[in-house]
Amino acid sequence: MPKSKRTWILAAVLTAGAIAMVFPFVWTVITSVTSGAGLSATPTLIPEDPSLDAYRTLFSTTTFARSVANSVGLALAVTVIQVTTSALAAYAFSRFEFPGKRAAFALYLATMMIPMQVLLVPLFDQMKSLGLVDSYLGVLLPSVASAFGVFLMRQAMVTVPRELDEAAMLDGAGHLRTFASIVMPNVRPAMATFGIFAFMSSWNAFLWPLVILRSDELKTLPLALASLQGQFTTQWDVMMAGSVVSIIPMLALYIFAQKYIIQGVAGSGIK
Amino acid sequence: MNRGTTVGTAVSPASPGSSKPLTPERKPGQTARARRNKATMIAYLFLAPSAIPLLAFVVVPMFRAAWASLHTWNLISPMKWTGLSNYQELFTDQDTLVVFGHTLYYVAGTLPLTFVGGLALALGLNRAFRGRNLLRGVYFLPVVTSWIAVAIVWRWLLNPSVGIVNTVLANFGIDGPGWWTDPTWSMPSIILASAWKDLGYVMVLLLAGLQTIPTDVQEAATLDGVGWFSRLRTITLPLLSPQIFFVVIISLINGFQVFDQVYAMTGGGPNGSSEVVVERVYDLTFRYGQAGMASALSMLLFGVIMTITMIQIRGERKWVNYA
Repeated sequence: MPKSKRTWILAAVLTAGAIAMVFPFVWTVITSVTSGAGLSATPTLIPEDPSLDAYRTLFSTTTFARSVANSVGLALAVTVIQVTTSALAAYAFSRFEFPGKRAAFALYLATMMIPMQVLLVPLFDQMKSLGLVDSYLGVLLPSVASAFGVFLMRQAMVTVPRELDEAAMLDGAGHLRTFASIVMPNVRPAMATFGIFAFMSSWNAFLWPLVILRSDELKTLPLALASLQGQFTTQWDVMMAGSVVSIIPMLALYIFAQKYIIQGVAGSGIK
Repeated sequence: MNRGTTVGTAVSPASPGSSKPLTPERKPGQTARARRNKATMIAYLFLAPSAIPLLAFVVVPMFRAAWASLHTWNLISPMKWTGLSNYQELFTDQDTLVVFGHTLYYVAGTLPLTFVGGLALALGLNRAFRGRNLLRGVYFLPVVTSWIAVAIVWRWLLNPSVGIVNTVLANFGIDGPGWWTDPTWSMPSIILASAWKDLGYVMVLLLAGLQTIPTDVQEAATLDGVGWFSRLRTITLPLLSPQIFFVVIISLINGFQVFDQVYAMTGGGPNGSSEVVVERVYDLTFRYGQAGMASALSMLLFGVIMTITMIQIRGERKWVNYA
């Protein structure tokens, strides 16, 4: 078989596979616009009578809109805080020699090996004694720092030439100023990559919010989605509408930041 | 930034000042030691915003989990020391075996599917043809979505009576299974959804490895008449071994922590047929008020994860071909 023909067949097979991959998403959207899907109606590939009833039901009978706002707010806060705390630590690790530096860096790396699943009980107890059960702060506090972020930002910062810092310092800038106006602008790609991952992991986080949040007004999107199952057991159009609302922001982020996301995964194995 | 760049170019790397170590503003009369002490203080201040939270919300809870695992505790009344009896009970309890068994089942089902699928995709999408970047993007898409949304979508696809999968199967005269409503099929349903979601992740990791393999080796072998399969076996796979090793390790580590999809797809059911370790930790703590026992179970889970991590650190030296 000639090479070009083989490549053509390969491309065709891979395209068919890709269509199969996106089918669940397509079916989700179709179901969400098929009023009464799962009860009185069966979705068809081309919706016969598309309607936004499911979305209306979703937003009028539940606190779903509030959950969207909660998720957006928390994800933005987590992103800004994690990028800041990680960059500050990365600056210390890349620019200073100090007693205990190696041990401190090893400790940061070691914390990356400890999964949230193992810390569930004591963390909940800690939040309880701080009076933070069922509060935004309770969700937020364990995600203030990210060892992964420190690691990623440090790797970027060691490649920024020291001459730039020195010049700024000869010019009278202090460390905070050098950090903010010399080093940070030179590590924008790493900052963007890490910021995107911080946002995604907060947006998709489930286990810790499930443990710490109780009231409907504070619930994040994944929690609200999970409780739709109890409320709309067989109303699949409404549940699919909820899934669409939760997937679309990630889809948009992915389309704009695909390069950063794929490079981040390929370089570190995070997801 | 603009100002910084101008200054940076004015003092070129070749200038004599740049070879000296970084010295902040030097005040007259300040000794070298005082300067070092000041620099150390500043470094600690830069570390504090992440070091304190990591200590408070990772390191301390880790020790507290170990401590709690030696007690009877319901999160309300004070802990009561019971030594290793939680562990003793866990090791003799049938349920421990069952939840670790389900977790292993999940890992053993998902890993081969994502690995073989991800390798095939990576090999295919490493060839040059138009539109391959779009295809890579599509295969990776499920990775960025929320597990809860995906789990609900798959419950709908795999709905035994009105789901699209069983409807299509019925068209071919096949009586589809009960999927997540059937104890035999609950774990396969979770595995199927997980394989779909993680396929792109494995693909991207393996693609990164394939791109580092020099093409001249492949071309020379092709010119020598070495067939596609021999090239895969004798050149590609050995040179890809660091990434293959990494994929297996990271899939094991992530696999043992599985929770979201199980919680949202089956809730561990029906009849506990898909209950995994983390779900058991959650139930012991918040349903049965056995936080001490839950801590002991999470320490066992941590032991498993640490063991896999140790294998990674040692194995990377011995097992992997860094040609």
